Amino acid sequence: MSNVQTKTGSPKRRLGDLVFANLTLAAGVLILIALAGVAIFLTVEGAPALGAGSSDLSGHSNFLTYVAPLVFGTLLAAFIALLIALPLSLGVALAVSHFAPRRVAVLIGYVVDLLAAVPSVVYGLWGILVLGPRLIPVYAWLSTHASWIPFFGGTPSNTGRTILTASIVLAIMIIPIITAITREIFSQTPRLNEEAALALGATRWEMVRLAVLPYGRSGIVSAAMLGLGRALGETMAVALVLSASGVVTFHLISSTNPSTIAANIALTFADASGVQRNALIASGLVLFLITFIVHFSARAIVARSEPGSK
Amino acid sequence: MAKSIDVSDLNIYYGDFLAVENVNMTVTARSVTALIGPSGCGKSTFLRTLNRMHEVIPGARVQGKVLVDGQSLYDPQVDPVEVRRMVGMVFQRPNPFPTMSIYENVLAGLRLNNKRLSKSDADTVVERSLQGANLWNEVKERLNKPGMSLSGGQQQRLCIARAIAVEPQVLLMDEPCSALDPISTSAVEDLIHELKEQYTIVIVTHNMQQAARVSEDTAFFNLSAAGKPGRLVEMNPTKKIFSVPDEEATEAYISGRFG
Repeated sequence: MSNVQTKTGSPKRRLGDLVFANLTLAAGVLILIALAGVAIFLTVEGAPALGAGSSDLSGHSNFLTYVAPLVFGTLLAAFIALLIALPLSLGVALAVSHFAPRRVAVLIGYVVDLLAAVPSVVYGLWGILVLGPRLIPVYAWLSTHASWIPFFGGTPSNTGRTILTASIVLAIMIIPIITAITREIFSQTPRLNEEAALALGATRWEMVRLAVLPYGRSGIVSAAMLGLGRALGETMAVALVLSASGVVTFHLISSTNPSTIAANIALTFADASGVQRNALIASGLVLFLITFIVHFSARAIVARSEPGSK
Repeated sequence: MAKSIDVSDLNIYYGDFLAVENVNMTVTARSVTALIGPSGCGKSTFLRTLNRMHEVIPGARVQGKVLVDGQSLYDPQVDPVEVRRMVGMVFQRPNPFPTMSIYENVLAGLRLNNKRLSKSDADTVVERSLQGANLWNEVKERLNKPGMSLSGGQQQRLCIARAIAVEPQVLLMDEPCSALDPISTSAVEDLIHELKEQYTIVIVTHNMQQAARVSEDTAFFNLSAAGKPGRLVEMNPTKKIFSVPDEEATEAYISGRFG
């Protein structure tokens, strides 16, 4: 018996593999560089704001008290938007994937996708000219009859340009994102799981609860977080709709409203100079960090709720 | 509680396509009936009409009668959801609910029927069903682990436990062993032997030996050519089918000369 020499070590590298591997790696690294570039720019340009005085911070004594109300407004508007958009989006997604007849479903899906293509400035104008004025009587009614709920306290707005109006506009803007993702996930529910539920005598809704929603759970969380990310960063619509006075309040329909970071930057950057600009850029860094935290916590939630993970 | 099934003049359609033609069959209560035949001959399709799972596919419909103990399944007043609670089903590939524990998987059907279930009643049902499915001893220490943590054969027995937890009158099995190894297959076959004491069982199988081992009666389905509807060629006691079948086609199929 002769000994056959076996070659160990890496197999022959093919040129195509090599080129493709490096191309994809380069694409990945490019994203990291871009992200790092943004972070560095925001940090360097924002740093002087930490030592700024009240003259540059529209009356606030330091940067923290300047940015805190903006952070509050940003989070408030985004969370209300998510609260409105999530149930609606899930409803639309389920209707399209499991309930509506095929033709209707295709049509609804198409229209919802179209919503995503409308520029945000159009949503802003619609909010200011159409939605806001229509909501004035609603706000007045809520203020008279439901002011015992803290959210509806304060003097009702007589322009309709409240944080609630802004949140509704934001909600409509993020519905297409959440719907598109959850619809895709729901329609990928394994047929086997759906049939398991149906064969046990589940109604259509029970089948959705037993098979579709558990399967789509992590997808729902990621979709919601993507929507939240969009709502946090949305500038134009909020800047147009919201009549902001920079307060911290949970009154959603009053004439004094908190502003958001993005809207504040858009509205004041043109007239700002020197350290004022640094302060605005620093507030941008704060927004950057918030969206980062939102995305990473979403990842953490998804990883934990993944069926396979222990 | 087991019931007999009478099928008469049953035609099954997908849209305009006639998939299975003119089936007449009587399934005896508390016995195992095997459906055999080449792929595409409509045995699974036929099986799914017995609990109205067939119509889950858009465009699918049937003509004819299916009576379970005299009650017509396709009567306009009959709710398909009720039918499926009465006629349980086990699928080709094990399909426990992936996010549920073993315990919750067994109870899934019961929770649909009867929302309020005391903890002790639930425990009783889980133990009884898992014992009925010959799985209790293997999983009793880890009832709260996910159903997907079990092996394929155990998952399939979990699905059987889930199906019998609601105490159906009939149990349909669509090639329940085709994704299992020989040891798990033998475990499931032993289980079928025990289950027929209480349930009327209809099983689709590609495995001739399995049909011979587990069933009292065997129905042979065939189709004359591709694209033609499948039909019931012969139904007889299993012993007869495997020794002296009435039809030549049955003999040819069983002895492996085609299909």
